Amino acid sequence: MNTLESLRYFLPETFLICGAFLALAVDLFSRNKKIVAALSLLTLALFFFLAKSHPAPAVGLSLFFGTFMLDPLTQFVRYLVPAVTFITLLASLNYRPLLKLYEGEYYVLFLFMVFGLILMGASSNLLMIFLSVEFVSILSYLMVGLLKKDARSKEAAIKYLLFGSAASAVMLYGISLLFGISGSLDFEAVGQAVSRPEYFSLSTLALIFFLVGLGFKISMAPFHMWAPDVYEAAPTPVTAFLTVAPKAVGMIALIRVLGIALAPLSSQWQHILIVLSILTMTIGNLSAIAQTNIKRLIAYSSIAQAGYILMGLAVFGSVGIQSVLIYLVTYALTNLGVFTAIIIVSNQTGSDEITSYAGLAQRAPGVAASLTLFLISLAGIPPLAGFIGKWFVFSSTIQNGFYVLAIAAALNSTVAAYYYFKIVKAMYLTPAETETPVLAAPSLKIALGMTLLGTIIFGLAPQPLIDWIQHIRL
Amino acid sequence: MTSHLLSWIAFMPLLGGLVVLFTPKDNAKAIRTIAVITTLLAGLLSLKALMGFNPASGIQFIEKVMWIPQFNAHYSLGVDGISLPMVLLTTLISILACLASFGIKERIKEYFFLFLFLETGMLGTFMSLDLFLFYVFWEIVLVPMYFLIGIWGGARKEYAAIKFFLYTLFGSLFMLLGILALYFHSTPHTFDWVELSKMHFAVRFQKFAFLAFFLGFAIKVPIFPFHTWLPDAHVEAPTPISVILAGVLLKMGTYGFFRFSYPLFPDAAHWFQPYMGILAVIGIVYGGFVALAQTDFKKMVAYSSVSHMGFVLLGLAAFTANGFNGAMLQMFTHGTITGGLFLLVGVLYDRAHTRDMNAFGGLSAQMPAYGGFLIFFSMASLGLPGLSGFISEFLVLLGVFQYKKLFAVLSCIGIILAAAYLLYMIRKVLLGPKNEKWSKLTDINAFEVVTLVPLMLLIVSIGLYPKMILNLMSPTVEALLVQVGGKF
Repeated sequence: MNTLESLRYFLPETFLICGAFLALAVDLFSRNKKIVAALSLLTLALFFFLAKSHPAPAVGLSLFFGTFMLDPLTQFVRYLVPAVTFITLLASLNYRPLLKLYEGEYYVLFLFMVFGLILMGASSNLLMIFLSVEFVSILSYLMVGLLKKDARSKEAAIKYLLFGSAASAVMLYGISLLFGISGSLDFEAVGQAVSRPEYFSLSTLALIFFLVGLGFKISMAPFHMWAPDVYEAAPTPVTAFLTVAPKAVGMIALIRVLGIALAPLSSQWQHILIVLSILTMTIGNLSAIAQTNIKRLIAYSSIAQAGYILMGLAVFGSVGIQSVLIYLVTYALTNLGVFTAIIIVSNQTGSDEITSYAGLAQRAPGVAASLTLFLISLAGIPPLAGFIGKWFVFSSTIQNGFYVLAIAAALNSTVAAYYYFKIVKAMYLTPAETETPVLAAPSLKIALGMTLLGTIIFGLAPQPLIDWIQHIRL
Repeated sequence: MTSHLLSWIAFMPLLGGLVVLFTPKDNAKAIRTIAVITTLLAGLLSLKALMGFNPASGIQFIEKVMWIPQFNAHYSLGVDGISLPMVLLTTLISILACLASFGIKERIKEYFFLFLFLETGMLGTFMSLDLFLFYVFWEIVLVPMYFLIGIWGGARKEYAAIKFFLYTLFGSLFMLLGILALYFHSTPHTFDWVELSKMHFAVRFQKFAFLAFFLGFAIKVPIFPFHTWLPDAHVEAPTPISVILAGVLLKMGTYGFFRFSYPLFPDAAHWFQPYMGILAVIGIVYGGFVALAQTDFKKMVAYSSVSHMGFVLLGLAAFTANGFNGAMLQMFTHGTITGGLFLLVGVLYDRAHTRDMNAFGGLSAQMPAYGGFLIFFSMASLGLPGLSGFISEFLVLLGVFQYKKLFAVLSCIGIILAAAYLLYMIRKVLLGPKNEKWSKLTDINAFEVVTLVPLMLLIVSIGLYPKMILNLMSPTVEALLVQVGGKF
């Protein structure tokens, strides 16, 4: 479909990008940065409803000369990413370190980020996927380094940039190989060329290169090394966002690449993914045990969570993809909740050390109880949302006979429960050093309440969520 | 309250817990009153279920509502002769433990909320007829238990709490894999116990699934060598929680064998029969010897639990009517007897602030009434004829004698050991020269007596007329025996 015809379906995204530029313009002229924030939140909310009123057709619609695939999977991204961003922005409104610096740009960056992520999730073309991954990456580097007076934040941004560029370069090389084989950038055409036996070794090489590039985005071992440093040093709301949105969309991009362009190699990548999944969750969980900084601990935990999601990816098929999507939703809610609680505490105490959570049950009973529920949900204990996600990835592996993977994940879940409960222990079992109550700003309370409600509702009544996701096919 | 009786029983405590949450935290009296009232209500409702229960007609009071249609999970409750006694035991022990919790002085609101939440979890576990629901309740029990041990426990409470939590979680995750495998092997895919128990699965699959479930249940019981969490948890937990642990939580494991492992995987259960027997005998003898070596009163009772729960497993291993009936009865009697012993340990600890048995002596002169109670429960525990512990252990031995005489002979060592460590304890604590250090200890008070008397009544009446509870159980137990192909 050509550009003009496509625009009709691209209305929500067009609106989004206009909203982003408008917010940027307002930021130039207004001293009150909260107006930019309000405008950004409004744009996101309107985008969400626009996307809802322009649903994707059940059979994919290929827009912009086959670069943008408008299908239920893209629609999933259109809902998930703005929702995640909305909560992130709510949690950012009163994030102390941010208030002094570039507050306006901060909100605008997120709007562009949403745009980039949607492009990434909808890519059905090699060039498009490279461009959108780069677009998202560059924005991520900026976000991480936003606190430019903070040495660690800067260091993390540089580290992220170097790692990310290397990974992108490798992926680009893989893309060039695939283009060389097929003479086309379109996923479908690439898929046909890859299926020819004479290209087997070349395309396997391209597969590995692709896994490097996208594996970097989703913090898959062994390309996860950047994650703990970046997640620890970045502004906390940015960390919250990075552990959720780019990871989720990276998974969706992988689904498209593996399921269409590299589908003929499925027996190859299935085995690779099983190994990498086990590796990712094990490395993440074992490294998390020793952490004393909560951001770093959750950083490792989110690496481990990526490992669980990769289980569903390894299974693939409609069952595997569904389990990935359900896991992504439940994980996004829960992880955002955890970070909102972290922001509330660090606003008051100025510390992210687990020791500063001592006696939080007395100082802020509501926050402590919510954080406990989020951690229990992350640990996959019923009846919370995280359990439903875990249930689906486990059941997809069992259904398809991937027993080793299931057992590895079960062992890993036990390890994970140990360090999640380290935080719970600090909050409930260790006496507080001071009695000062921890107070939360209203916007943070709203963010906490939204994520908590979601975590509980999707745990007790996941039917609508499952129903919706069951209709999503590649 | 008649149409959804079981839901009312299960959720009554949680309802009370929610009310507790909205009570001002300084108002200890109100919080305690609410807790007692709700546990009492749950108890009365479970009695009502007992009144309406017909032992001969299988599963009753069924409630079944579709919960998550996408994977055919139901909210499905029901009780039969296996689960109803456990429900009654749970509500009874909960009432007594709730009364015994009046000694808790710190963070009362949190305590009673978690306590009531725990009761809902336990009751739900015993009533669930859908494996998904069962798993949810099973796991729900873990979380309040972690806090109850971790916040209100003894010196090493943090270690004990997380150890309990991780051990049980480890087992239940494998059970989860087993549940999923079972689901995908059933045609049509279902979690419904009633439907699943009518299906027959390939023997190879049964063995794997049995082992997956076994890991979950064995850790909970606990079966040697998975028992190491138990002494830590029991010793560090506050008295009422030890009572719940010993009285109810351990039974969740053996209940799991009766409810799921045996009827769903009968061939695998047969295949596992000798191993079950061996593990049971090891548990009985080993638990007895370790209990004999303890100087800590509470630790001794904790290890005696390992030994006594071994009899439940022995009965399960027998595959005879006597064995099964004995095992079921032992679950109930152990709950009442050991619950009482833990309460008595607590009574002493509250006054003396030590549990070292060597530090006491001659207490029967100082606390005569206490001495009487302790001797009564010790006699019940060591299997004195006329008290309930005798009946259940005798039935188990009778049953296992029909299966393998050697097992029966070896497990008698456990009974001798029980007599040894209990009498030894009585000698060290109650008899001997009076230790002047304890001359200020007051005797057991009326309030504490109230928590013990219901247990004593049950112990005596079951001991004299075991049919009152066996009649409740045996039709279901015998149906199970037919299903798994055991001998009468």
